[in-house]
Amino acid sequence: MFRFIVRRLLSLIPVVIIVSAATFFLMYQAPGGPFDLEKPMPESAVRVLNEKFGLDKPVWINTQAVSDAWSEGVRNPIKLARELSDSQFLNYLKGVFTFDLGPTYESRGAESVQDVIARQFPISLRIGLVGIFFAVTIGIPLGVISALRQNTWVDYTALGISTLGISVPTFVSGLLLLIFLSQNFSVSPIKRPEAWEGFFSTAYILPGFILGLGTTAYMARLTRSSMLEMKRQDFVRTARAKGLAERPVVISHILRNALLPVITILGPAAADLVTGSIIIETIFNAPGLGKTFVAAIGKRDYSIVMGVTIFYAV
Amino acid sequence: MLCLPVPFRQPSQPGRSRQSFEQKSRSLWSNAVRRLRKNKMAVASIIFLLFLAIIGDLRSVIAPHNPVKTDVAVAGTYRLPAWSSDPNPMRTGTWDFPLGTDSIGRDVFSRLVYGTRVSLVVGFIPMFAILLIGIPIGLIAGYMGGTIDNILMRLVDVVYAFPALLLAIIMQIAFREHFVGKLLNGLVLLFVSLSIVNWTGVARLVRGQTLSLKEKEFVEASLASGASAPRVLTRHVFPNALSPIIVAAAFVVPGAIISEAVLSYLGVGVRPSTNLNSPFPTSWGQMILDGSKTYTLQPMMLLAPALAVALITLSFTFLGDGLRDALDPREIDS
Repeated sequence: MFRFIVRRLLSLIPVVIIVSAATFFLMYQAPGGPFDLEKPMPESAVRVLNEKFGLDKPVWINTQAVSDAWSEGVRNPIKLARELSDSQFLNYLKGVFTFDLGPTYESRGAESVQDVIARQFPISLRIGLVGIFFAVTIGIPLGVISALRQNTWVDYTALGISTLGISVPTFVSGLLLLIFLSQNFSVSPIKRPEAWEGFFSTAYILPGFILGLGTTAYMARLTRSSMLEMKRQDFVRTARAKGLAERPVVISHILRNALLPVITILGPAAADLVTGSIIIETIFNAPGLGKTFVAAIGKRDYSIVMGVTIFYAV
Repeated sequence: MLCLPVPFRQPSQPGRSRQSFEQKSRSLWSNAVRRLRKNKMAVASIIFLLFLAIIGDLRSVIAPHNPVKTDVAVAGTYRLPAWSSDPNPMRTGTWDFPLGTDSIGRDVFSRLVYGTRVSLVVGFIPMFAILLIGIPIGLIAGYMGGTIDNILMRLVDVVYAFPALLLAIIMQIAFREHFVGKLLNGLVLLFVSLSIVNWTGVARLVRGQTLSLKEKEFVEASLASGASAPRVLTRHVFPNALSPIIVAAAFVVPGAIISEAVLSYLGVGVRPSTNLNSPFPTSWGQMILDGSKTYTLQPMMLLAPALAVALITLSFTFLGDGLRDALDPREIDS
């Protein structure tokens, strides 16, 4: 087990390097800088800011620093290598491996990206957990019922609902629900920022439910097909032949075995939900990480964009 | 249900001559087509998608107005759909503008019709790109094994680690202002962004298929009779791996359509066009973005494109399900 964990951690290293390099390269291609505001700042201020954040350094490798050091008489290869690696990208990469994702440009360096993630990831996490909660409490029973009533109207209704849930994208269902609620019940599901603070705040229910719709439907379908497969197994027939009542057969023979594949996908599904809430957070104005990401795109706060991508990639 | 190919059942039925047995024999593909045709939802989906394709093709005939042109004096802004009325004569519904008009007096219905083409194109082209990248990599990795397999699969792992949507967003931001990002209103860039991460699933699927198929006797026989590796791969392994690939491809298309809508909704998708003759003037995602700001004034601006996206993804799901049941009968529940 220990060896397995170590191997997984080691295999993360190339992933981190490549993900960082790719995002860094892409963000470097992006037009404009974080200090291109609507109101242009004086050039000297931009220069000071660029210097402060190291944005005046070369992007990939710092040959200038090496030749400067060389002409100053430095011959120590370790020192030269350090000078060479004093570039935007390599400094960033060093930061990533020491869990330092750099300062956010919007706050002028007062707040680092890891602070932003630590502050806002819990909100995304809670929305995702609510989604998983709904997926388990609605999806599994729906699948069980439709498998037990196979090829009846109950089954077809459940299948229809779950097909809808799988195929309608969450941001469409989210927006439609938003319209429906705000027009028919004059309830605004968009809550004030304070509403998102409590751990058990009601604000999480709707976005979590919408986010979990796809997973709920997927769980229902998976439970159904897995139940149907178990129903045909020999041990179920044996149990029935012994004269066991219907309820114990269903619960302790069919259901217990049928839930195994469902539980296996819970882990990946939960990860998908937590990272998949970008749109939902934007629609419901939840101050989670996804919304920060979208907002950072608009503000060209590239360190947040890179940091969040790397965080989610790992 | 239909678990066995028909020819195997035939001899057990009394009163059947050998002749009818031979007439009844069908290939795997005609069997699949027959099963698909029995699936009502899949057939309905195919018809609906063909209908959308026709709409996309005949858009200039069907759309009553130019989707980009604004004529506020006639159209009025935020005009309600034809079946609802409003005290303001410029906002009350008229069949000239079946779904009403948007904030600058463009006809919502015409925009919807023109957006159809974007959604179909954006669904299918990334699918082909994904297949073109994923299938060769999967075939080579699975067939060659060893170091090559290892290298290719590590590559797949690394690419797979990227959160697909986040990378697509970053790609869109990075290259939007470049000249590549401006080709076809940004559609070309969108194709790249949508296919660059998503080929890994197909590559893994094909690799798995290849791994099991290359142990089969017919591959061995082909190799023994002197066939080259490319020939074995293209003539024996690939055709036998085709059914899961088709099923996977059918599920890639709605994914791409949703991603396009999401990117456009975030404002980093297709570029809004003001060119009257632009081939791809708008997309459903963009309409959803416009509509989500103004749905209290003109609900159709949001409802129409949202329902359109929902319907097209729904029909692709039905089609994918139908294809899976048709091509892989083991999955059918009794």
